[in-house]
Amino acid sequence: MSGRSSMRTPLERVRGLGSAHTGTGDFWRQRLTAVAMTLLIVPVIVVVIMLIGRNHAGAAQILGSIPIAIILLLFIVASTWHMKIGMQVVIEDYIHNEKLKIASVMANNFFCVAVALASIYAILKLSSGV
Amino acid sequence: MVEFALPKNSKISGGKTWPKPAGATETREFRVYRWNPDDGKNPSVDTYYVDTHDCGPMVLDGLIWIKNHIDPTLTFRRSCREGVCGSCAMNIDGQNTLACTKSMHDVGAGGAVKVNPLPHQPVVKDLVPDLTNFYAQYASIEPWLKTTTPTPQKEWRQSHEDREKLDGLYECILCACCSTSCPSYWWNSERFLGPAALLQATRWVTDSRDEATGERLDNLEDPFRLYRCHTIMNCAKACPKGLNPSEAIAELKFKLVERQI
Repeated sequence: MSGRSSMRTPLERVRGLGSAHTGTGDFWRQRLTAVAMTLLIVPVIVVVIMLIGRNHAGAAQILGSIPIAIILLLFIVASTWHMKIGMQVVIEDYIHNEKLKIASVMANNFFCVAVALASIYAILKLSSGV
Repeated sequence: MVEFALPKNSKISGGKTWPKPAGATETREFRVYRWNPDDGKNPSVDTYYVDTHDCGPMVLDGLIWIKNHIDPTLTFRRSCREGVCGSCAMNIDGQNTLACTKSMHDVGAGGAVKVNPLPHQPVVKDLVPDLTNFYAQYASIEPWLKTTTPTPQKEWRQSHEDREKLDGLYECILCACCSTSCPSYWWNSERFLGPAALLQATRWVTDSRDEATGERLDNLEDPFRLYRCHTIMNCAKACPKGLNPSEAIAELKFKLVERQI
């Protein structure tokens, strides 16, 4: 965005590059994943309590149940997606240097995808008993 | 990055304490932000004592009394002195509001009345903020009736029910108390339209006579123009007219979701 010293008119500065015609998707998905997590959090806590104190074989046995594995997978997808959108909002709010902002948004995407895939891989590995 | 400290030339240094008015039996202390673009000095906070027996009850009455009796250089905007024009919006005791409708008795718990310009705007002088960007943002939402249908012989008709939908939206006086109280607006005022402009955008999107609803929503659908609003609600708390820009912005977001699902 141009600074105040620019000779552009105030209206031109406000109009800037125009509307991105986007944002509603993220707004909706942020709420969708929030509702999903609200529904999933109780079963997830129950599963975590069931896992406390168990060894690898015991954990693999519990996660071998298809409904339990699916609940955990759904929770991972909802929470990492929610985390990605939420962190991007914070970055857009507070980081105004364009290069740093793009790098931060990229790093946020990489981090959230890595966390999601690592968690999904772990659940699949345990539930398939490998 | 966001700046959490004031720039060097905005840091407030000590100010002048003006003598108490001679012969006054009851006074009220006013601490007022002063900055003069011509003297090259940093801003300061001057202390004045207002003779409450010789002065009206509102904070604006106190400021006018100071200007008339103590310091004619004190600069502020005022016009209607009854909460209609929005000129005297300023930060009084930590809250953005209109000086003309804020009673001195309701601020500062009997202590000093602290008066500052609206936050996070460039200052022109003393309590006068530069609202150029704010007004340009209002202009950018094109606040007028847009129609394609040929203009009727008489007025554009509207049902009573549709007219009622504009209540809580049309009353805005553009004083800027809401936008300048919003942290999202502080951080991104060049790209986020702010609560005042978005409240007015909702007013025109809601108007049953307007034929540009979709086009208006297209212009608002942007991560910065609209979605910087995180429903912090400072706007609703600050509004001296009792409006709720936050709710109006939620209506815009709801309409944008509605047209996709």
